[in-house]
Amino acid sequence: MVSRSSSPTVVLRLRGFRELGIIIFIVLISLVIGARNPRFLTWGNLHDMLLDTAILSILAVGMMLVLVTGGIDLSAESGLALTGMVAGMVIKAHPHLSPLFMLFLGLGLGSLLGALTGVIVAWGRVLPIIATLSMMYVYRGITFIISGGKWINAYEMPDSFKEMATGRLLGFSNLITIALLVYLVFYYFIYHTRTGREIYAVGSNLEAARIIGIDTTFITWLVYTLSGALYGLSGVMWVARYASAQNDTATGFVMTIVAACVLGGVSITGGVGSLFGVLLGSVTIGIINNALPMVRISPFWKMALQGIIILVAVMVNILITQSVERAQRRRRNEEI
Amino acid sequence: MKRRFFRWEWLLLILIIGISIVNGRLSTHFWSYTGLMDALAVFLEKGFMVLTMVLVLVIGDIDISVASITALSSVLMAMAYRGGLPMALAVPLALAVGVGCGYFNGTLIAKIPGLSAIIVTLAGSSLYRGIAYILLGDQAVGGFPSWYSYLAWGYIKGTHIPFIIVAFLVCALFYGLLLHRTTFGRRLYAIGNNLVAARFSGVPVARIKQIVFTLNGLMAGVAAVFLTSKLGSSRPNIALGYELEVIAITVLGGVSPSGGKGGIVGACLALLLMRLLRYGMGLKNIPGQVMMVLIGIILIGVVMVPQLVSTRKGKPLVRES
Repeated sequence: MVSRSSSPTVVLRLRGFRELGIIIFIVLISLVIGARNPRFLTWGNLHDMLLDTAILSILAVGMMLVLVTGGIDLSAESGLALTGMVAGMVIKAHPHLSPLFMLFLGLGLGSLLGALTGVIVAWGRVLPIIATLSMMYVYRGITFIISGGKWINAYEMPDSFKEMATGRLLGFSNLITIALLVYLVFYYFIYHTRTGREIYAVGSNLEAARIIGIDTTFITWLVYTLSGALYGLSGVMWVARYASAQNDTATGFVMTIVAACVLGGVSITGGVGSLFGVLLGSVTIGIINNALPMVRISPFWKMALQGIIILVAVMVNILITQSVERAQRRRRNEEI
Repeated sequence: MKRRFFRWEWLLLILIIGISIVNGRLSTHFWSYTGLMDALAVFLEKGFMVLTMVLVLVIGDIDISVASITALSSVLMAMAYRGGLPMALAVPLALAVGVGCGYFNGTLIAKIPGLSAIIVTLAGSSLYRGIAYILLGDQAVGGFPSWYSYLAWGYIKGTHIPFIIVAFLVCALFYGLLLHRTTFGRRLYAIGNNLVAARFSGVPVARIKQIVFTLNGLMAGVAAVFLTSKLGSSRPNIALGYELEVIAITVLGGVSPSGGKGGIVGACLALLLMRLLRYGMGLKNIPGQVMMVLIGIILIGVVMVPQLVSTRKGKPLVRES
């Protein structure tokens, strides 16, 4: 009995240790940057940083669910661009539409795009990497085609729409509120519903999940659809935030999303990932991106840095998993 | 299995003939010898990348970083030339950069268990192009010596055969022999069909993976040399999106992304097919973005249809992450 309860605590302690590690890292890096540029630690800048992180953190939730099933969704960035462009065109043509309606439009359209990708992966049995790499270019191409290569600019959007990003609730930008709502909803979904738990079951052991009666095809489809819903929502938020819808919106952003996830401890082989970790990962990426110009590092560094962050984070994840397994094995041996 | 693979190549050949007929109707220039040669030469830098992508897919892995390696090789070569290195030395430098990046990918994938090719090359695609951006920012470097443009634009003396076609055929022959006529090649199929069984049969899996990714990096460097020669200048955003097309061509050539199937001949036919398709679409003035959508759909279709057919027949499905 004793050993039974002790091995999960080792796992928990190490996972908790990992999240604590990220928090310490966040505090340290903030202090270092704050020391080099005091403006970094002002409330205004911290709020801006959270504002930028809001969209990333929502996207990271969708990506996490896909990664947990052992897949990957490279189409997130261009799905975001496509919904953003459609939202921009709709709001330009009908400026009286309410921002809330636009958000639901984004959710709906994104879900459709995600559902399509999901059908290809779940029922079409195409490897996620191949399917989503293709859809990444398909959605990007459609964005170009429907816009005719033109942008939707700030002056073509009504103020009510842009206020989605500039407006505040209790001192926080609406975008941050939306992100918090998304996290609340998904916290309930992932940790307190049957379907949410089934996602982890599918990612940990596909065969076992199927044998105990989980509809693995449906779950696989579902995570891509949810990812779609979230990048659709983010697309509308993105356009409101930057007050323009462009054809190359978010090009390469999928790297940032994956980086936030793996930094937050999501395993890319599936089965592992926590909402809290992903939130911390997103905040860390937000800090780094925000800090680069503050410490006078050229923005050209961003891309390479993201590659390095992904590599290092994944290797750290592997090391942690290995030491957890080793600890468990040692416990088991002690039992015997 | 052999019969199916045989049929696939015939299918490609029929498609090639079909598209050629359509192209011939669209343009009277199409069937001329010189026109055909020039049309084929335009596209071939991607062909170099396809050759080793075949090896990568045969072992059941994937490399998304090829286009970024090409960009980094090209930028470093151009900068070395601008910095005073003679072009004759800058070209081998580009190849060395390709080898270095490929070796880095391969070593991480092969030596660290749990690190998949997807994540390493995904990170690599950001890292390599990112380095190119750090080095060059948003500038472009050009002004190469005139002999350098011969690589992409020149013809073999006295004929109308572009040099790049000869270079490609030599490489294709080399990789064809390597894959289909050597132990090394057979081992790639063994790894792709059953990695664990291959390991237990004494195939040095880690070493071979390392070599395959290094070769892939080398060919990305070769592509960089030809592409830069074609464009006449280098910048960090060159070859953007090439990875999709290279993977699409390889898969279209009958090489399964889950490993163990396909060969060089099919991939070369698919390369030809894709070139002819692009040629026809160019004649019809179809914009590049539509082409991108189409390539994506083709890639999914080519993978999905045989998969669905084999599921129908009740064969077990192997799904790898």
